[in-house]
Parts: sequence; C-alpha cells; structure tokens
Amino acid sequence: MKFRFQRKFLAIPYFIFLILFIVLPILFIIYYAFTDSNGFFTFDAVVDFFTSTNKLNVLLLSLMFAMLNTIICLVIGYPIAYILSNTKFNANAVIVMLFVMPMWINFVLRTWATRDVLTWIGLDGGTHPYLATMIGLIYNYLPFVILPLYNVMLKLDKSQIEAAMDLGCNRLQVFTKSIFPQSIPGVVSAAMMVFMPTMSSYVISDVLSEGQVVLFGNLIYLNFSNSQWNYGSFISLFMLALVAISMLISRNFTEKSTTNKKESSKW
Amino acid sequence: MVKKILAKSYVYLILILMYIPIFVLIVFSFTNSDSVGIWNGFSLELYSRLFRNEEIMIAVGNTIIIALISAICSTILGTLGAIGVFYSKRRTKALVENLNQIPVVNAEIVMALSLTFMFVFCGSYIFKDNIFSFWTILFGHMVLETPFVYLNVKPKLIQMDPSLYEAALDLGCSPRKAMYKVMLPQIAPGVLSGFMLALTLSLDDFIVTAFLSGPGLLSGAGKIQTISTFIQNSIKKKIVPPELRALTTIIFLVVVIATILVIFYQKRQNNRSSARFLTKEQIKIRNIKRLIIGGISLIILITVISLLIAFI
Repeated sequence: MKFRFQRKFLAIPYFIFLILFIVLPILFIIYYAFTDSNGFFTFDAVVDFFTSTNKLNVLLLSLMFAMLNTIICLVIGYPIAYILSNTKFNANAVIVMLFVMPMWINFVLRTWATRDVLTWIGLDGGTHPYLATMIGLIYNYLPFVILPLYNVMLKLDKSQIEAAMDLGCNRLQVFTKSIFPQSIPGVVSAAMMVFMPTMSSYVISDVLSEGQVVLFGNLIYLNFSNSQWNYGSFISLFMLALVAISMLISRNFTEKSTTNKKESSKW
Repeated sequence: MVKKILAKSYVYLILILMYIPIFVLIVFSFTNSDSVGIWNGFSLELYSRLFRNEEIMIAVGNTIIIALISAICSTILGTLGAIGVFYSKRRTKALVENLNQIPVVNAEIVMALSLTFMFVFCGSYIFKDNIFSFWTILFGHMVLETPFVYLNVKPKLIQMDPSLYEAALDLGCSPRKAMYKVMLPQIAPGVLSGFMLALTLSLDDFIVTAFLSGPGLLSGAGKIQTISTFIQNSIKKKIVPPELRALTTIIFLVVVIATILVIFYQKRQNNRSSARFLTKEQIKIRNIKRLIIGGISLIILITVISLLIAFI
C-alpha cells in the first residue's frame, strides 16, 4: 500500500513526546511513592507524611502562605486592573505593559534584588523570615494577577453597570451586584495563577528567608537532595493531587459562568 | 476629578514599588561597593569586571544557547502537533488536549522531579552511564515550553479559513506546498507568540535546570550553569559577585527594548487593517519610519550579540 500524506500524521511526534516525557515520568513518581528503597511495595511514605508533625506543619504553612498571598495580590491587583481597563482614567496599554515587564526579567535575579533591598532597609531573612518571604511572593505574583483580571475587565458589560446605576443602585451595590459577579472568571483564573505556584515555590522562600521558611517546594527539594526519593515522590504526588483538585474546582467555576452567560443571552 | 487623581496615584505608587528593587540594583551598579547601600562614588568598574568574569559570562552564554535551541525545537514540535491534532478525530483531540494540560497546571518542581527519576532510571538501566547533560536540560525545557506553543497556535488554526487550503489544492498545489504557502502564513502570528513565550519560559526557568543539569556545553566538566542557577548557588555560598548588578542593568535594558519593539509590532498589526488605503506619500513616510526603527533595533541587537560573543 502506498503511503499517503495526511495532515493528522504531523501530530505523531508530539504525541510520542507527550507520552515519553509527561506521562511516563508521572508513572515513575507513582512507582517511587509506593515502594521502599529496595523496590518493594509499601505505604511507608504515606504513613510517614500523615504522621510527621513536621511535614503536616509544612503543609499548613504552605496553605497559609498561598492563601494570604492570593488574597493580598487580589486586593492590590483588583483595583489596578479595574482602573487600567476603565477608559475614564485614560490609562492605556503601555501601563499594562509596564506592569507585565518585570515578568521578563529573570525571576531569580528579581528575587535577589528584593533580598538586597530588604536587607538594606533592615528586613533581612535572618530576622524577619516570614515577612521577607511574603513580600517576595507578592512582588513576584502581582503581575500574574493583574493580567487575567485586566483581560476580563476589558469585556465588562458597561450597559449592565449603567442599568444598575439607573435602577437606583448605590456605588457599593453596583460593585457587588454587577461588577464583581462579572469579573469572577478573572478572579478565579488569577487565584489559580497564584495559589498553587506559591505552595510549590522553592526559590523565593529559600532565598528570602535564608532557608528558614519551608514551603512544599522546599520540602520536595530537601527530600530529593537528602536522597529520600520515596518520601519526596509521595509529597510530589500529593501536590499533583492538590493541583488536580484545584483545576476541577476552577473548571467548575468557569463553566458555570459561561452557562450563565448563555442562559442570559437567551433572554 | 479627585477620584481620578487618587486612582492614578494608586496605580503609579504600586508601579513604583514594583520597580524599586530593580532600580536600586541599577543605581548601585554604577559604583564599586560590594553591597547595596554603600555609595563609593560613580564608577563603571562593575561593568568591566562583569565582562571579565568568566563564570558569569559562561552562565549568560549557556542561558541564551539553551533558550534559543529549546524554543526553536518546541516551536516546531508544538506547531506540527497543533496542526496534526486539529485534523485528527475528536477522541485523539480530547486525549492530546488533556495530556497537554498536565504540564501547564502542574507544579514545576514536581515535573522536574519526575523527569529526574526517569533520566536516572534510563541512565542506570538502559545507557549504563550518567546521562545528565545538555540533552536532559533541553528535554526538560521542551516539556516546559511545548504545551504553551501548542496553546498559542491552536486558536489561530480555529480562526483559519479552511476553504483557502482546499482552494490551493484545487488549483494544483501539493498538500505539502499548500501547507507552506497557505496554512503557515495564516497561523504565523500564533507560532511567533508561542516562540516568544517559549523563549521567556526558558530564560526564566530555575528548577528544571537545577534538577536536570549535568556536564557539557560551555562549562565543560562542571555542571551546566544558567544565570538562575548561578545566582542561586552564589547566594547559597553567601558570596554574591557585585558584577551581577551590572548584569541586571543590561538585562533590564534588553527587556525594555524588547517591550518597545513588541508595542510597535502590535500597533503595526492594529494599523494594518486600517492602512490599506494610503496615498503614495504616506506609504513612503511609513516605509522610512520602518527603515529607521528596523535599523536602530538591528544595530542594538548586533551590538548586544557582538558584545556577548566578544566577551565569552
């Protein structure tokens, strides 16, 4: 039979790549998570994770840091995105660009710069590890919040806001009943961009707290460098599960909002 | 009016706060003190020391080489993948899209760890040798970048006019030629933005390089260092060379120039639809403008590249 060129064959290399370098490595993690150093099946790593107060503390601390970072970034970034998207303040795309530009500078370099400045004003990692880490995290993730929020705010239904004003809403009500519900998809995707990466961040907490603040990413790295691969794999697997759960939640949210839109467009 | 001023000052305040660390480094790159906060008078010593510091120059060279090669490879792979998947059956499409989503949402450190396990396994059971080298970094970076290239190309394929491709076939093009001449120009903006994104992801990466690094490339026998891993290592060793402040200035300048070019490019894209009916004069002026901008950017690019080459 003669070989006939079909366009779908072009996907074959990518498909092989996906299987080899994305699916296979995850299988390795699963394998290591449930075996001991001799390769026998065991739940050691699971039991160890859930009984070690140290590791549970790390989990709690990472959740707290992630939550706080998400909330603070949203509180700072939400007004900025709103102001920038609002033509009344004749802000333009150049300022948005300025907010995004730090993302293009190597982030280890940026973290080092933050560390230097914090040390200069007396907030070094040795004396204020938590505060320094928090500042570094906010500084790093703020652009990731502003961009998705800005994109959603550009599409806000202006006539709905005006209608709310005409129908007698005060400013607060306009915000809570019209602007905020419309921007929920942006808020969710911004939170997604911050929450999980904060939990698994390694460099920022390591550099800014001089190794005193241990987040999930640091824990994985520590376990790996101490050649406790089985424990490290289980923690990674746990992280993977958290990511999957948060993905499902956010997907639920965005789907709801799109169906809402469809329903409202019917009317 | 008051509201407007308040809003604006808030935006600018946050903007200034965001740039303070970088600006402090830039200001203190023009003096020769060892740490930020001590001003020893104006000097360009750090800059000359930067270009004579072999370790930093090697790290910069490694970063650029890895970024370019991995971005090119993942752009080709991702673009071909996106085209192929676009014309596949629905089930294959759904499968690839879901697999493609894994590295996008997955924590980088988990991905790096899983790849490390696999490469260690391959090294000990298949190759019987330590396989950590430039190639493991390359594959690691490609895992990081290719899904994003795919996601950038996909919307352009959906927007594409399918009848153009068929028309090309009817008019006697071979499928391959139709692909080159008709399909590729239509998805080119997506491919370009995918490439740019891949480049930035690679330049920014720390964890994948730290996990998968081995001997090779410019560093010879030692582990390959990129800018990220070099800075992290020197912070760990508590001796951060002050020359890095000069490097920050240079990187910042490059980023600013790139941003300006991107803004110009976007403006031109926006103008293109409205600029179809121009008089000859206007076209002449536009061409001259383009020539000047292109020339200036070319000169800057060449100087940056030649500086790099000269000092590596």
